[in-house]
Amino acid sequence: MKLTQGKINELLSESACEHNHKKEGKGKNKSCTQVAQPGAAQGGCAFDGAMIALVPITDAAHLVHGPIACAGNSWGSRGSLSSGPMLYKMGFTTDLNENDVIFGGEKKLYKAILEVKERYNPAAVFVYSTCVTALIGDDLDAVCQKAAEKTGVPVVPVNSPGFIGSKNLGNRVGGESLLEYVVGTREPEYTTPYDINLIGEYNIAGELWGVLPLFEKLGIRVLAQITGDGRYQDIACSHRAKLNVMICSKALINMARKMEERYGIPYIEESFYGVADMNRCLRNIAARLGDADLQQRVEQLITEETHRLDDALAPYRARLKGKRVVLYTGGVKSWSIISAAKDLGMEVCATSTKKSTEEDKARIRELLGQDGIMLEKGNAQELLRVIAQTKADMLIAGGRNQYTALKAKIPFLDINQERHHPYAGYVGMVEMARELEEALYSPVWAQVRKPAPWDTEVI
Amino acid sequence: MATITTPRKSVAVNPLKQSQPLGAALAFLGLKGIMPLFHGSQGCTAFAKVMLVRHFREAIPLSTTAMTEVSTILGGEENVEQAILTLVEKSKPSMIGLCTTGLTETRGDDMTGILQTIRKRHPELHDLPIVFVSTPDFKGALQDGFAATVESILRELPQPGETRPDQITLLISSAFAPGDVQEIKEIVAAFGLSAIAVPDLSLSLDGHLDDSYNTVTSGGTSLAELREIGSSVYTLALGESMRNAAEALQTRFGIPYEVFPSLNTLDAVDNFLEGLADLSGLPVPDKYRRQRTQLQDAMLDTHFFFGRKRVSLALEPDLLGSTVYFLQSMGAEVQAAVTTTKSPLLERLPVETVVIGDLEDFEQLAAGSDLLIGNSNVAAIARRLHSPLYRLGFPIFDRLGNGQRCTVGYRGVMQLLFDLGNLFLEQEENHVRHAYPYAECKMQSEKFSVFQAF
Repeated sequence: MKLTQGKINELLSESACEHNHKKEGKGKNKSCTQVAQPGAAQGGCAFDGAMIALVPITDAAHLVHGPIACAGNSWGSRGSLSSGPMLYKMGFTTDLNENDVIFGGEKKLYKAILEVKERYNPAAVFVYSTCVTALIGDDLDAVCQKAAEKTGVPVVPVNSPGFIGSKNLGNRVGGESLLEYVVGTREPEYTTPYDINLIGEYNIAGELWGVLPLFEKLGIRVLAQITGDGRYQDIACSHRAKLNVMICSKALINMARKMEERYGIPYIEESFYGVADMNRCLRNIAARLGDADLQQRVEQLITEETHRLDDALAPYRARLKGKRVVLYTGGVKSWSIISAAKDLGMEVCATSTKKSTEEDKARIRELLGQDGIMLEKGNAQELLRVIAQTKADMLIAGGRNQYTALKAKIPFLDINQERHHPYAGYVGMVEMARELEEALYSPVWAQVRKPAPWDTEVI
Repeated sequence: MATITTPRKSVAVNPLKQSQPLGAALAFLGLKGIMPLFHGSQGCTAFAKVMLVRHFREAIPLSTTAMTEVSTILGGEENVEQAILTLVEKSKPSMIGLCTTGLTETRGDDMTGILQTIRKRHPELHDLPIVFVSTPDFKGALQDGFAATVESILRELPQPGETRPDQITLLISSAFAPGDVQEIKEIVAAFGLSAIAVPDLSLSLDGHLDDSYNTVTSGGTSLAELREIGSSVYTLALGESMRNAAEALQTRFGIPYEVFPSLNTLDAVDNFLEGLADLSGLPVPDKYRRQRTQLQDAMLDTHFFFGRKRVSLALEPDLLGSTVYFLQSMGAEVQAAVTTTKSPLLERLPVETVVIGDLEDFEQLAAGSDLLIGNSNVAAIARRLHSPLYRLGFPIFDRLGNGQRCTVGYRGVMQLLFDLGNLFLEQEENHVRHAYPYAECKMQSEKFSVFQAF
């Protein structure tokens, strides 16, 4: 796949993404096409996004073609877990030096792919281009093709120089490579009427493992996990699924839409966070697979699980009831976490809508009610101001804001990709309740807020 | 006298090296009220920021010129200008630390020219120092970027002034953690000397709670202090990589200097204190005389566990050097030494070979070691090789307290002896337990007695 400007524009204006649904006929420049602002931008680049989307494929080698910063400053740091192969955790890079930049890095890349194959025998090699190798004009696709012929192993080019855009665009670039080079290249040993793919769930902190047992119990087969704890072979066979389930993310929506076009696989968008959303997810899958018996099994499972969950959550609900939280996160999570917090009896007094689509926002408005504040844009200071204004008890946000909250002596819960606790599914709900309770009721808050005795004035 | 080798291969596997701009950011973060700015794609900044946050567990100010495909082709002037203006408006920094990346170095932006144009166009920026350093990702490593930044700071900010006999400059390399800097400053102060440390991470990344929120560094070497460096009577360069920066001060102001490659052996600390005694004309304070006897006692207690132990190191050159000397001073042997970048000190090291390579090379060379020393990425290797790991270097994301750790001075060396000694001790105890021929019988009888109790 050559990455032309046309291709980038196509990914940016992905028709299935609500970011691109024009409001009242007027073109709106929403986050997909927003250009990062010098001096203000804080996010990752397209290369980062492509790696986030593809590195969870555990039996592949992920080779970064660029200078040391791209791989050296990031390898091994992503939180997606594997139930088997650990190859994805290794950092491979051509580590370009000055000579390579001057004379071109194609030969080095070719040799690098051969060396990786020789020494680590991966199921496939994903090769990522970066700003520098795009700028010097290395022909990634040609090198990959030649190396694939030589090694007999799939070598997938991912044209992901950071400067083409945001993390979100990078996700889609990653998805595009899967569509172009992986999906549909192999056939599964057998198929069932209950085969689904999970798309956009990266198994952060092992979240999938809280959900997969439910599918198994129901007799739903997850054909391919795209890409959390994924295997190359499974994704290659994923075109034989009966349904694509997009989890909590618009990131790989281009995959879902194009798989519908090419292979006639319908897709639904669901979330694993919170009881209500988890229930809806299972119900929708059963409905779309169109099996009355399955639907009945789902109802039974939901009854069982919600009963058990109610018992497990009872002590936490009592402690969390009425606690006020500010939520600061992107896109779909902005509403799916509100719903989870509400399940626990907590009040969400403000949430970010920076990356949310119009559809997300409508949902948020419904969930937040009258007094809820929707933060269109935000930085650390703005966030602290809102927390003070709403008298919130805690902040739920991505790891990047952790120290903003802690330095202001405000309890904090991390919900982004660097976290260590799984919150998905019914079991995840208990985990989340436990973490929230622990954060809110920690004895340290009183101590860190206490002024030194010699600083308090004697009355 | 070591042979330096670089394995011939086209792919780096599990890199040990980090990029120069990351080192630049770290050095800049030791200045007060600064905003470091990467001239590159937004990812360059995001990756560096995430690493620094994970290591120090602190909010890290770091910004980007957010180069896009189009601005890269047209040239980055507008982005640099807009970034500086935005930062001045939003964060009101007292300095900006600007560094390049692989992207903008490949493109070849003329940074000096760009900065001149911006200054001409915006006279309101007249009082804002913008320290510039060139740090291409495709050259060198973290330590080089850090050293180049310190050098740039010293070329641009210090002003000539009348020499103050009690003021010295400390140049502190990336091998030293904030806790180390704090200890070094205390030692210097104990001799009645007033020290300006560059950079001073002990005031910014030591982990402390401020009263209000900061968008720039809340502590570090202040601009006023940096300007007064021309008045220092002497420069103490800590870490070999600080030599060029010290030389720059000598060239500019005629300030003599001495390089102390390490501060983590008895000899090295002795030398340092002796130097301070000479400079100040004061005797070594009682506190350190006492600490010296404690360290010697600790060396006696711990030497049983260090003797002939084979240790493998994966560290940046300065830290590699000081750790090699530390281990040999205790009778341990270096099995493998892997590092990230060239340095004149490597050839002088009393080991057979130093490999400039990655953690794949390290894993092959380190098999069978009694101990591994390296960053958190070595943890997976330690598990595979069944060797214990002592975490040192950058990044360390699976251990707490990186802002406070101190391994220099008599006190710090003593702590290092205990920490490593305990690892060896634990190994030995495990070994003894497994070697006990009746271990299994004893366990079974214990189990039996438990059943009986029921």
